[in-house]
Amino acid sequence: MAKLILSMDGLVLKEIPLVKERTTIGRKPHNDIQIDNLAVSGEHAVIVTIMNDSFLEDLGSTNGTMVNGGTVKKHFLQSNDVIELGKYKLKYIAEAGQPVGASAADFEKTMVLRPSAMKAAAEQARAMTTAAAAPDGTQPQSKPDLAEAARAAAAQHVASSAASAGTASKPEPPAAAPLASQPPKAAQPLGAIQILSGGNAGKELELTKPLTTLGKPGTQVAVLTRRPQGYFITHVEGAQHPTVNGQSIGSAPHALKDHDVVEIAGVKMEFFLKS
Amino acid sequence: MDLSHILEIASSTDPGMVRSHNEDAVASDASHGIAVLADGMGGYNAGEVASGMATTVITTELARELGKVRPYDSDPGTGRPVAERLLREQILNANTSIYQASQSQPQYAGMGTTLVTCLFYDNRVMVAHLGDSRLYRLRGEQLEQLTRDHSLLQEQIDSGLLTAEQAKTAQHKNLVTRALGIDLGIEPEIHEHSCKAGDIYLLCSDGLCDMVSDEDIGMALQALGANLALAAQQLVQMANDNGGRDNVSVILVRVLREYPAARGVMAKFFAWLK
Repeated sequence: MAKLILSMDGLVLKEIPLVKERTTIGRKPHNDIQIDNLAVSGEHAVIVTIMNDSFLEDLGSTNGTMVNGGTVKKHFLQSNDVIELGKYKLKYIAEAGQPVGASAADFEKTMVLRPSAMKAAAEQARAMTTAAAAPDGTQPQSKPDLAEAARAAAAQHVASSAASAGTASKPEPPAAAPLASQPPKAAQPLGAIQILSGGNAGKELELTKPLTTLGKPGTQVAVLTRRPQGYFITHVEGAQHPTVNGQSIGSAPHALKDHDVVEIAGVKMEFFLKS
Repeated sequence: MDLSHILEIASSTDPGMVRSHNEDAVASDASHGIAVLADGMGGYNAGEVASGMATTVITTELARELGKVRPYDSDPGTGRPVAERLLREQILNANTSIYQASQSQPQYAGMGTTLVTCLFYDNRVMVAHLGDSRLYRLRGEQLEQLTRDHSLLQEQIDSGLLTAEQAKTAQHKNLVTRALGIDLGIEPEIHEHSCKAGDIYLLCSDGLCDMVSDEDIGMALQALGANLALAAQQLVQMANDNGGRDNVSVILVRVLREYPAARGVMAKFFAWLK
């Protein structure tokens, strides 16, 4: 869970976990984080937390809200951001390592979020700030939608962490966002081909892309794919299938080994791994 | 009009590397020009039930309705092509079926599904979607996303709260704001696009676009466009190689040549000659 560390003049005053969907900050006592200082407005700012992401919004305060030295109206908080209100500083720390490994996958489970639910939840939060801690569940429907979703996610969490314990125990760092496709590739040796026959004989081509097509479109084309397990060659089009070391590979992908000789559309080439 | 000689369709669906269930469902009907992809959600096997119902109901009912009316005629009520009405009706139809099943059977409570549906007719494609399943089009060397996700993330990008760069690292990619089967009143987003010979359309679940960058998707489609089945497998494989954290499904539709609707008597005669 993400948290805020409140400090003044380098002195840590308080640690505040972001448990609520809306955490309000201000001078008046009904705020979740009360800062009794005249430089802070009555209702100064709010932090909206959705799953693992938190957003800071200034509520039209007199003296403004600064993040990392710049004034902001709305801001998507990143770990270690420093929020400044007058002399006070709030450092935002995103959820650290521990439970995230399992939850990262679970949070990708698609869930529906109804706009009405969000609005009602926000209204509820607002109502709660005035009606001092109304017990949960007394408010109109919608909120249970979110609570239910969270419960379902939690149930999933247990189920899948049990299931994954046997298979993939590799903990994933929280920031291992899906598009980070580079790391497995970086560790893998780079492959290349050298043309052995025809007009381009002697030329070398490094296989840096996830896939490289070779051959003549319309006649015969094969694709070389770069995967975590290594390089593969697959037939794409044409009546003739490519050969590896003189053997036709058929239509299934074929794993390439260092110094394999490949023939595509009458051109021979050698595949090799660069160290 | 039979489109089976004009549209080439290939699909692939896979549970991915992490999940045990495949809650995605795909269906297509080349002769009627229909492609449907759904990404289900709900406990136990309810997700599969929802996505399976959506694809089956929409494909069969659309095909049946297309036997009765011409999709390119304009609808007297709205002035829009009949195709739009057909799509909306059948999506609402599927929605009612899923909703009722989830209300009547406790094990299906709360199930729902995202959806992207294409109907090809008269050199055009009518696209309807709900949630974060997407439609892309490769035209020449240009890969373009034709649908816009109904997701919290997209709303935050639209409102300027997040940049596209920040969105890549956000952790709530999975929250959709519209879905089929969760409520009786739903609003599918429907748009029409014109088709050109050589276009490749890609319908995919978020398991693909969350794991593989648009750039790599475009590269795979360009490189392997000649072999659609292989391209579909390659896309799934790329998602799995990158982690495969969700179910991955793709449908690829290639337009082999133009297919204007045969409207007049003479046009019908020439169409018949072909």
